[in-house]
Amino acid sequence: MSVLVSILAVGGFLCLFRIYQGPSISDRAVGVDIMGILFVGITGLSALFYDLPYLMDLSISLALFSFIGTIALAKYLEKRSLDD
Amino acid sequence: MISTIGWIIIWVGVLFDLLGAIGLIRFPDVYNRLQASTKCVTLGTLGIMIGIFLIKGFTPMGIKALICGAVLLLTSPVAAHALMKGSLHFGTKMWKGTIMDQYGKDKLGGEQIEQEAK
Amino acid sequence: MRYVVYFIIAFCFWLILTLSLNLDHLIAGIVVVLIGTIVFGGYFTNKPVKFLQIHRIIWFIIYIPIFLWYMVKANIDVAYRALHPERPIKPGIVKIKTILKTDIAKVFLANSITLTPGTMTCDVDGDYLYIHWIWVQSPEVEQASKIIATHFERFLRRIFE
Repeated sequence: MSVLVSILAVGGFLCLFRIYQGPSISDRAVGVDIMGILFVGITGLSALFYDLPYLMDLSISLALFSFIGTIALAKYLEKRSLDD
Repeated sequence: MISTIGWIIIWVGVLFDLLGAIGLIRFPDVYNRLQASTKCVTLGTLGIMIGIFLIKGFTPMGIKALICGAVLLLTSPVAAHALMKGSLHFGTKMWKGTIMDQYGKDKLGGEQIEQEAK
Repeated sequence: MRYVVYFIIAFCFWLILTLSLNLDHLIAGIVVVLIGTIVFGGYFTNKPVKFLQIHRIIWFIIYIPIFLWYMVKANIDVAYRALHPERPIKPGIVKIKTILKTDIAKVFLANSITLTPGTMTCDVDGDYLYIHWIWVQSPEVEQASKIIATHFERFLRRIFE
């Protein structure tokens, strides 16, 4: 179990490296998006290991909020206003 | 038995997640990175959720895991389209090995391919 | 009509999410779903009867395992490209033509293309889709459409049109 979460955390650190180093803003946005989905996986595994069903609700809402954040970043990149 | 299959699927999913992150590091430009990492990470996390469902069965947690997988499957490609269109309009150049750019020719007035550094 | 169908679907989703028939949960669910229906019901599809036709549901259930199989193939392909020391990629953006007409069918086609081997949708413009392809096999519109989209269009036409 701890091995599984460690592997996902290594993936998260690779995303952080891309966010730190990325040559353009688009690279950083991609890193944030991928890191959000990885955190959904970590939350699901924690729910399985500690046997806490409400962490699964947290996982669903984390997926939805990560989606909304990515859409907002994409709108910013496209140079459009948010109510468009 | 079913629980063992669930654990195997979780392991495969986690390994695909790691591969997606490695692809995020190794590919040369935004579009290829987005392509590799979105696919691998979506399938990996979907695998984790299906594994949790197989281990837990039809308890509240298993059903919520299935819902979470469905939500991921619907939202992550849309987020990827949005980011891709956003970075095309933002003007991020494509890698210099790119062979054609029909979208730039049709919509943005010229191919958005990075030139060889002099 | 469409408001009623939206209400029923959203309420079923609430029941699955809470998994209890407690009276408090039911009342809270009805209130929340009513607010959601009033705000978002107008954006729902024009012909909600399509959700209830049995052959569409059967074709959708057949479509899921085929789609998952293509997804696993896509991941092995991408993993091979990411781990190969020379990175065998030849990317480009091509344009393809689709035969699907309704909006929701186009959405599902674009999502399916994104999650399958080496292709990813950038933009939709009427009948044409712009695809970022990690290994461009053919720059022609007809040839590329045949390679990328045909095996999904066969199913999606039966499901959504």
